[in-house]
Amino acid sequence: MAHNLLISGGRILDPSQRLDKVADLLITDSKITWIGDKGTAPHKPDLTTIDATGLIVCPGFIDLHCHLREPGFEDKETIATGTKAAAKGGFTTVCCMPNTNPPLDNQASVDYVKKTAETEGVVRVLPIGCITKARQGKELTEMSELANLGVIGFSDDGEPVTSSRIMSLAMDYSRALGLPIIDHCEDKELSDGGFMNDGWVSARLGLKGIPKAAEEIMVARDIALAQLTGARLHITHVSTEGSVELVRHAKERGIAVTAEVTPHHLTLTEERIMDSQPKKHNQLAYDTNAKVNPPLRTKEDIAALIKGLKDGTIDAIATDHAPHTSVDKMCEFGLAAFGISGLETAFACLMTLVHCGELDLMTLISKLTCEPAKIIGTKYGGLGTLKPGCCADITIFDPSKEWVVDSHDFASKGKNTPFDGYQFTGKVMATIVAGEIVYRDNSK
Amino acid sequence: MPERILMSPEDMQRALVRVAHEILERNKGAQDIVLVGMQTRGVPLAERLATTIQGLEGFAVPVGSLDISLYRDDISSLALKPIIHRTDVPVDVTNKQVVLVDDVFYTGRSIRAAMDALIDLGRPQSIQLAVLVDRGHRELPIRADYVGKNIPTSRNEEIKVYVKEVDSEDKVTLLSSDKEND
Amino acid sequence: MKTTEPSSSVTTPEAFPPPSIGAWQHRHILDLDDFTREEIELVFEIADAMAEILTREVKKVPTLRGKTVVTLFYEPSTRTRASFELAAKNLSADTVSLDASKSSIAKGESLVDSLRTIQALGADVIVMRHLQSGAPYVATQYIDCSMINAGDGWHAHPSQALLDLYTIRRHLGKLGGLKAAIIGDIMHSRVARSNVWGMTIMGVKVVLCAPPTLLPRGLNSFITNCKLPNVSIETSVESALEKADVVMPLRLQIERQQSGLLPTLREYVQLYQLTEERLSLAKPHALVLHPGPMNEGIEISPEVAHGAQSVIEEQVTNGVAIRMALLYLIAGGKNK
Repeated sequence: MAHNLLISGGRILDPSQRLDKVADLLITDSKITWIGDKGTAPHKPDLTTIDATGLIVCPGFIDLHCHLREPGFEDKETIATGTKAAAKGGFTTVCCMPNTNPPLDNQASVDYVKKTAETEGVVRVLPIGCITKARQGKELTEMSELANLGVIGFSDDGEPVTSSRIMSLAMDYSRALGLPIIDHCEDKELSDGGFMNDGWVSARLGLKGIPKAAEEIMVARDIALAQLTGARLHITHVSTEGSVELVRHAKERGIAVTAEVTPHHLTLTEERIMDSQPKKHNQLAYDTNAKVNPPLRTKEDIAALIKGLKDGTIDAIATDHAPHTSVDKMCEFGLAAFGISGLETAFACLMTLVHCGELDLMTLISKLTCEPAKIIGTKYGGLGTLKPGCCADITIFDPSKEWVVDSHDFASKGKNTPFDGYQFTGKVMATIVAGEIVYRDNSK
Repeated sequence: MPERILMSPEDMQRALVRVAHEILERNKGAQDIVLVGMQTRGVPLAERLATTIQGLEGFAVPVGSLDISLYRDDISSLALKPIIHRTDVPVDVTNKQVVLVDDVFYTGRSIRAAMDALIDLGRPQSIQLAVLVDRGHRELPIRADYVGKNIPTSRNEEIKVYVKEVDSEDKVTLLSSDKEND
Repeated sequence: MKTTEPSSSVTTPEAFPPPSIGAWQHRHILDLDDFTREEIELVFEIADAMAEILTREVKKVPTLRGKTVVTLFYEPSTRTRASFELAAKNLSADTVSLDASKSSIAKGESLVDSLRTIQALGADVIVMRHLQSGAPYVATQYIDCSMINAGDGWHAHPSQALLDLYTIRRHLGKLGGLKAAIIGDIMHSRVARSNVWGMTIMGVKVVLCAPPTLLPRGLNSFITNCKLPNVSIETSVESALEKADVVMPLRLQIERQQSGLLPTLREYVQLYQLTEERLSLAKPHALVLHPGPMNEGIEISPEVAHGAQSVIEEQVTNGVAIRMALLYLIAGGKNK
């Protein structure tokens, strides 16, 4: 459907071009065709104009890591609802993890996801294939076939690849395909059934803790194997100071490792489990909405993660969107499922770092756009950029709009968020995928 | 609203002495009597009666204290003041004439609770009631055997008894809690 | 302040200033971390009155008549459950005891659903013991009636800590300035945690002593972050016991050795068992407490368990009085 869209008067912020100026942007036939001074766009028939005065216009956000739960767990989320949530959060591309049922370790399952995304998905969905069959950690999947189907990388996420032997084989194999091995770094013997970070809060609450070393051991192992094999390694949801150090050091030595961090790990500490926010009762909360793997850590870790973002050690921000039903969460802390439904709060939550001066806006946007695009590569064209000629995936946001999070308003089926009731400053006002407006904020 | 003094220390003393005489008269002496004061101010009043009786008969009547918090018929009221005082009755009350002693006699509910408490402690031969002030407005069919002073009141008035042992002075006052006045 | 001669008989407690509390503030009793000193002293005052009732021939008062107390135990327990049930019955409440291992809960009913059912049956107070730390905090978000935590996972056991403090005070006449050594599996102990709160509030110095694998890694920073300067950690039992006024060995579960936390029980016994010889390092009047049930021969020698300084049986009696006091306070405040 031919469609022309003019985004007028917004502040165009595109880290891929180091562009930061107030301008108009023209979209023709699903591509960005022109950026220039206000009012000087070439005339086009059938033109819809979006007035973006006072708003910021940037490339559509790319989420390297989310769980759409379909096939198999449709009570938690479907591709339809998950992508709607992504659109609300300003994400135009999401990479979905393969821990579905059946898992994405074979052609039929990946085809299913692709077809469903095409007919019911509201944003671009790029699949990630499993490293091992059924994520059992024993036998490699047919990686080449999965690559041909368009997976952007391989992961057994939810589970680590425990055997170093299998991991090194996976890395060797994937190297020929030029696709990254995306690892969930957790030494399961050490984490051993823990529920939250092993620290003073777990001692206070009487909960079994997951030591930071459980992540760091696997990060170190994976880096050593990446060095050994020369493969591309991408480390999911980095959460500790030690992990950041390891990745920094590895990059200094030229090892092909990239890393991502979640919005919640950048803004919440383990103390969030103790207190419900806003404080509802004068007692401990044991808030399962703050139960996530890897767990929320400490102020020191947050400082290191932010530093890692700023100096490039951490390449991208990814949500690890993990929706769950209320049955899975409305129970004893030890029994609750791990995960945060994060697509719809990610951007606003990250803006708190901008507003308090910890991170500048251009860096933040780059971690959501051109940096993840680099990791995905050019298989899907030019993502994460507003360069004319590239696909019109665009996010428009108001950096000053104040709003209060209400999980009841989520498009996602997963209402499990630790940010319920939080007041944020910064909201996505419109999301455009391939020139189509897939989300518009109608509130005032 | 000023408190109006209805009984002076001397008035109280004379009333208690008279009550002591009446107790002895009715029970034909001090044998078998146990004085049980209701917490809080009934306890020193009971002790004073015992002292008077000692002076009159040369006989030491045992004195106990009774806390009825656990026998109230309305437990939600304890939310306002959950403290329990001592119940300490030093002798077995079975077959004795127990004289309950309280400062103000009003609805009768405290006395009903006190009787339940006493019966849990043993089987008295009789339970009699001595009060310093009877202000009327009974809600239960209970009567006092010995009354220091009858003071008819209206419901929005309050009788306050001060005893030296607890309040550093002796007096009985009337307080009106009528909200229309200042 | 009156001090008393060291002796293991019950002494008159020093006269505390009368508690200056108005209404009882806690709708639930989940842990001692949010209690004030005055509130703990009030519980003791009321427990004194309840203890008097327990000396009568008819150990009953009608205070909670018409109220229903439901005990809901997800973990087996003899003494705590019986203690709560007797406490409720002594106050003339109706009691219902639910053994979660045998009921619909075992069939997979969620905690929240079970509690709502119990509440719909007319429970005024639910006394719950649960395997998972934090379960009562989830539970109380979904019920209108009151809850007393009879032990949640590793986290809290407030009535036990209160009866421990009460027992200590009855014997030693005071709490402030005493030194208490809690020895054993601190990591998994809700008794240790609640006693840390309770003892700190009452001015008792606490030494937590355990082999390193049974101490939570975050314990030191827990002490710092929660501002507990009178709590310290020891791995040497001799240091912990030195001049202690109170010694509390904790039950060591056999499973701890099986899950690899200890090389052998034998080594634990050699290093940590409370023997008469070790006990002599403490003050001569030192009391030996134990939350029960004891593993005689493991954490405590039989001689000490039944020796002159042991007040373990008295803890059980005091437990009923304390629990009567808690039920009285909770059930009375219901109509706020």
